[in-house]
Amino acid sequence: MEFTHSVRGKSYRFGDLRALLAKASPARSGDYLAGIAAADDTERAAAQMALADLPLKVFLQEQVVPYEDDEVTRLIVDDHDAKAFAAVSHLTVGDFRNWLLSDEADEAALTALAPGLTPEMAAAVSKIMRVQDLVLVSRKCRVVTKFRNTIGLAGRMSTRLQPNHPTDDPVGIAASMIDGLMFGNGDAVIGINPASDSIPAVIALVNMLDEAISRYEIPTQSCVLTHVTTSVEAINRGAPVDLVFQSIAGTEAANKSFGVSLDILREGYEAGLSLQRGTIGDNVMYFETGQGSALSAYAHHGVDQQTCEARAYAVARKFKPLLVNTVVGFIGPEYLYNGKQIIRAGLEDHFCGKVLGVPMGCDVCYTNHAEADQDDMDVLLTMLAVAGLNFVMGIPGSDDIMLNYQTTSFHDALYARKILGLRPAPEFEDWLLRTGIFQPGPQLRLGDALPKPIQHALAQLA
Amino acid sequence: MKDSPVIPSAWRQLRQHTQARIGLGRAGTSLPTSAHLDFQFDHARARDAVHRALRADALAEGIKSLGLDPIAVHSAAPDRAAYLQRPDLGRRLDGASRQALEPFASPGEGRPDVALVIVDGLSAFAVEQNAVPFLDLLLPRLDSAGLTLARTTIAMQGRVALGDEIGELLGASLVVVLIGERPGLSSPDSLGVYMTFEPRIGRTDADRNCISNIRPQGLSYDVAASKLFYLIQESRRRRISGVSLKDETGNDGAVITAAASPERLDHK
Repeated sequence: MEFTHSVRGKSYRFGDLRALLAKASPARSGDYLAGIAAADDTERAAAQMALADLPLKVFLQEQVVPYEDDEVTRLIVDDHDAKAFAAVSHLTVGDFRNWLLSDEADEAALTALAPGLTPEMAAAVSKIMRVQDLVLVSRKCRVVTKFRNTIGLAGRMSTRLQPNHPTDDPVGIAASMIDGLMFGNGDAVIGINPASDSIPAVIALVNMLDEAISRYEIPTQSCVLTHVTTSVEAINRGAPVDLVFQSIAGTEAANKSFGVSLDILREGYEAGLSLQRGTIGDNVMYFETGQGSALSAYAHHGVDQQTCEARAYAVARKFKPLLVNTVVGFIGPEYLYNGKQIIRAGLEDHFCGKVLGVPMGCDVCYTNHAEADQDDMDVLLTMLAVAGLNFVMGIPGSDDIMLNYQTTSFHDALYARKILGLRPAPEFEDWLLRTGIFQPGPQLRLGDALPKPIQHALAQLA
Repeated sequence: MKDSPVIPSAWRQLRQHTQARIGLGRAGTSLPTSAHLDFQFDHARARDAVHRALRADALAEGIKSLGLDPIAVHSAAPDRAAYLQRPDLGRRLDGASRQALEPFASPGEGRPDVALVIVDGLSAFAVEQNAVPFLDLLLPRLDSAGLTLARTTIAMQGRVALGDEIGELLGASLVVVLIGERPGLSSPDSLGVYMTFEPRIGRTDADRNCISNIRPQGLSYDVAASKLFYLIQESRRRRISGVSLKDETGNDGAVITAAASPERLDHK
């Protein structure tokens, strides 16, 4: 279907739905690299007007990647909940924005709508929303998940403690873990990116994390971020795996480049469930995503990177994840060039995930060849914390010495918690108070003394 | 003297176990000034490594001192901003460079064995610091094996795959690309070496072998040169490079790897 729009006597034509979405996308380097971005700002603004006039129903009739060619499209179409969609089925994309901003769209209405929305609808409306719109609507959404604690409650923000080490040295990892716990981090997950993907090495890390969590009775969960098939094999060999990790993307071909399919993800999901290690819930999956991953695998089908990203959330929500993390600035400047593009993308991803019912967190991050710095990350972290994101990363001094990029530090998480009065997951907060890492009281204050379990751990490492 | 407002971390002793920035203390609950400024300094060094232009003339003098006679070429990316946003342009020569290399092409009989291509990549600093001392140890090894060299090139605004076009133009049976790697916060000076058998436009990362982190505080020049020399000989003997070559050298996997998508950052 072709789309045309006339503004002030000039007519703009868009060849199909993909072209319309791509040209309506706020500027970013990846869409230029793909050759699908608007030719200039005026064409982009006209595309946004044309998109605003589009009935939401069109997204049920026309797919950006053909149904026959792509299992992610089939998942989106086959799982669509028409009853849930009925609340907004009469609206255009432009009026959908108006509805989202209205008081009618409260937490209950947004929760009920989520299964009726397709990723393309969420992506489309996000393209005509300002940053404040993305924040305002995200803040009304709530996606709560559970394993050994409760993540995503109002007024709370969790952190992934990321104690990476370039050679997986257990003592080095333990040192970073203690640092993170002492700063009140680690309630979303204690998650290691392993240097080695070998199964024995992965199992050794899984065991190490399990021992730490059990010995110190920390109400949190662990994850070794290795390929889903490696986690399944580790489970088969009896490893105490809490969360099953996988990077995912928004097209079948892009997922194939990660070595996964919906069937493989289901195997991982079922293997994780089979261990029944969650004490208060059974959300066992941890997914990571990021704009540009489909294009980087030449698997984007001419679809803009932000729409591809939203489609990844349809994959995620199929498997009831505990955590979904958009690693927004990791991929590099050929996809998101500078702080402005990274900030906008992080807020778009969080918005799209939340309205689709996905427990979104964000790796607020950048590489050294991106035009971005700590100030940009402070802005994005602050905006996301206001928008009510479920979790951020926590790493010593913002410096990941294994992956060579910069993300939010343990201190950064305390900043966000402090300025907005955000607290950790309730079960983890109780533990922090019990151990004396946090002091009781309305204000966030760290304890003065070294807690007993930490003294014990220090003695062991000395 | 009044006490410092910084609250030190009681677990500072753990710093001996990791290069990670742990035990930094706190000002309130925020980063103390010294830790904050240390980070800013390291980031500035990494940024400067990305953005400073390669001093190609000085590098050429260094290369000449090794007995080579390099030619300067330029990718199709006109400047750093284009280079960073358009990796495709960094993988191809500009028109003038193609013309400049044509007289040195040697197709068919008498093909050179190895083309050395020295590329700024994401850290000109890495190339300036490490390329000459590394080649100083590599060249005698190539010479001892009787390998012939194509004309050496120094390429500006280049990606790894630029070596494919250059190697193909020069008719070399194997190309070795020395390139500045994406700077880390504490390693802005890392040199990477990529080897590709039968280079031609369209080769992918799966066709290459990589030796990474060559710098004074990382992998030593001597170890890197001997590893590369081993790879070159294996590649010539088996007439392949990349993933399938790596399978036979598994015990070196941590250092010699099939090029794991040097320009494609997968998710963590």
